[in-house]
Amino acid sequence: MKDKKIIIAGLLIFLIILFSPFLYNIFVNAGSAQPAPELVLTEKAKAAKECVRSTDYMTAEHMRVLDLWRHSVVRNAERIYVNSKGKEFTMSLSNTCLDCHSNKAEFCDRCHNYASVRPYCWDCHIDNPKEKE
Amino acid sequence: MESSRRIFFKIAGLSALGLSTKPVLDAFAKEQAQDTLPEPQTQKGAEALIARQWAMVIDTRKFNSAEDMVPLIKACHKIHNVPKFENKRHEIKWIWEEEYHNAFPMKASKFISEKVEHTPFLVLCNHCENPPCVRACPTKATFKRESDGIVLMDFHRCIGCRFCMAACPFGARSFNFRDPRPFITKINKQFPTRMKGVVEKCNFCAERLAVGQMPACVEASNGALMFGDLYDPESEVRKLIKTNYTIRRKQALGTDPAVYYIV
Amino acid sequence: MLELALKGSKKYYGWITALLIVITIGLGFYLKQLSFGLGITGMSRDVSWGFYIAQFTFLVGVAAGGVMVVLPYYLHDYKAFGKVTILGEFLAIAAVVMCGLFIIVDLGQPMRAINILLYPTPNSVLFWDAIVLNGYLFLNIVIGWNVLEAERNNIHYQSWLKPLIYISIPWAISIHTVTAYLYSGLPGRGFWLTAIMAPRFLSSAFASGPALLVLICLIIRKTTNFDPGKEQIQTLAKIIAYAICLNVFFFLCEIFTVFYSQIPEHMDHFKYLFTGLYGQGAYVGWMWISLALMVLSIILLINPITRKNEGVLAVACVTVFAGTWIDKGLGMISGGFVPNPLHHVNEYIPTIPEILISLGVWATGFFVLTALFKIAVSVKEEVRA
Repeated sequence: MKDKKIIIAGLLIFLIILFSPFLYNIFVNAGSAQPAPELVLTEKAKAAKECVRSTDYMTAEHMRVLDLWRHSVVRNAERIYVNSKGKEFTMSLSNTCLDCHSNKAEFCDRCHNYASVRPYCWDCHIDNPKEKE
Repeated sequence: MESSRRIFFKIAGLSALGLSTKPVLDAFAKEQAQDTLPEPQTQKGAEALIARQWAMVIDTRKFNSAEDMVPLIKACHKIHNVPKFENKRHEIKWIWEEEYHNAFPMKASKFISEKVEHTPFLVLCNHCENPPCVRACPTKATFKRESDGIVLMDFHRCIGCRFCMAACPFGARSFNFRDPRPFITKINKQFPTRMKGVVEKCNFCAERLAVGQMPACVEASNGALMFGDLYDPESEVRKLIKTNYTIRRKQALGTDPAVYYIV
Repeated sequence: MLELALKGSKKYYGWITALLIVITIGLGFYLKQLSFGLGITGMSRDVSWGFYIAQFTFLVGVAAGGVMVVLPYYLHDYKAFGKVTILGEFLAIAAVVMCGLFIIVDLGQPMRAINILLYPTPNSVLFWDAIVLNGYLFLNIVIGWNVLEAERNNIHYQSWLKPLIYISIPWAISIHTVTAYLYSGLPGRGFWLTAIMAPRFLSSAFASGPALLVLICLIIRKTTNFDPGKEQIQTLAKIIAYAICLNVFFFLCEIFTVFYSQIPEHMDHFKYLFTGLYGQGAYVGWMWISLALMVLSIILLINPITRKNEGVLAVACVTVFAGTWIDKGLGMISGGFVPNPLHHVNEYIPTIPEILISLGVWATGFFVLTALFKIAVSVKEEVRA
């Protein structure tokens, strides 16, 4: 193992690069992290009190709900969602979700941007169904 | 969706079998029982139209010129946000017109009447009962819906390999060679658009059938297009097929198209 | 062994740099394609597969062609090929890498490619193609690498490799068979709807792959201290001669069936390619050149005097490679789509960005090929010294 030193140095550099985002946040960016954005609800959403499922569940798992919705609508021809309380909803991102949450920029985008998540929902689904133009 | 209840019963059954494990399982059962709310369910809407295999009968006698077809094509393309490209290579169409010898290649006789030769025929996806495009798709992004026989696209899953376009003997499929949004004249906000890189085609208005409406082209056709269940002997389409001479496109290929033409 | 690819002459590094430049240009245009969509290519609603899939098809053939040095050595114990089997295996690796890249650049949504595995669909030939190609890549990497390393260490290769080697032989046939099935099972495409598609593909594969190998062997002899051997090159030349004869024979079989039966849906594609249809015929010249090249190569390869002259043999190999490339990498795909199922003639002409992206993929393949052959040749030189 005559190249021991070179190998160890190489490994070290590799590890530093691998963990560079974490190291950057620990040492350079310490304490300056942006606070998580607050959820902004429209009047309509506030009045409804609860989404199709509990707020906790929706915060953490809304993507699962949407995934179930799209699968059910597109592949199984089932468009009605009956939640645990027996309430019925038409499964539609633009026409149901955004009906209450008509403030997509504040409700969806801010948090997605913060978490650096880029869902491609809006490539196809209309993001402003209520606006005139 | 009823899995948690099923698990509950299974656990309850098992605990009855083995007393030694009973305490542990009881604890499980208790935890399950606390959640008394049923799991959410999905279902069809009450007004949804149902069929074993949707089919269409096009009465070509009721069309005299290409102009007669424009409202049908417009109705479809408008509600489905089908873009209009100037560049013919990028063209996207769900329903359009073709001359007889193009809609039915190898079927045109010699010296047929001027009228038949140049009367346009309405063509669209045939929603074949034995669709080669579904056979070809490597991800089941295009599939034949078991509940009503519609050949559908799952745009979320399509990888854009275009094998289905090569497999379709009717040229019914279009590919989004670029972002279609800037080329949609007026967006119907009730219906999604598509993204670049996926294949699309006629969906027999699955979204309208789900809320009790007939397909847009049928609605706009003044009775020239009929739509119904091919396997319901009482349906309008069955009666028309029985009492009229109908042809289907490239029947010899065995794909079993569900669009019938009265000639 | 990888370090062997790093030590080379100025010429070697010049070649590598040139390839890297072409790769970078291709990558640049690919990024443009990613953001704009496949609209930057010449493909259309009617001709929905183009240059990319054609290159893919041709290169599956080159990959399968590598087996023509593996099979005689391992199945017929033809000792002379022991020297060059590694070249066939490494050629297969580079070709399959290109195949994979051509599929990726052809996808409308490449980020979702993994859906093929997430939603496995056994009724789709494309699903099987993904499996056999990746399997073939894996087999050749494992076999090639281990056998070469054993040779370097002057030992016999591991015994567990033997079954893999035997599997790799029919596997090579399978990759091109499955690729032919992509086309030959589609009901509305008269040009491809022929049972002889897979045999045709295989015969052109066993001509083009070994032809490239002979050319590379001649280059290796010239530029390195390793001589792949006169006998080896001559045997390969005979294999090419048989394969290209079969290829032309199969083509003529096709022509007979199509033109004697006179079924328009099958005939019109050939008419489009060889005479033009309704006044359109961008490929007419190309197709006749292809046929002429293949016939010329048959004359040069069958005649022992010309075949044994390595200078003429090199020319023959170039004509084989070019002829089969035009046939498969140009005519085979667009010919199947024109006329379209509604009998319209809408031609396909690849665009400049499309060709540059394709060149980038070819350069990537040759980059892999160069590195692998450098390693193989260095080991051979080492062992001899």
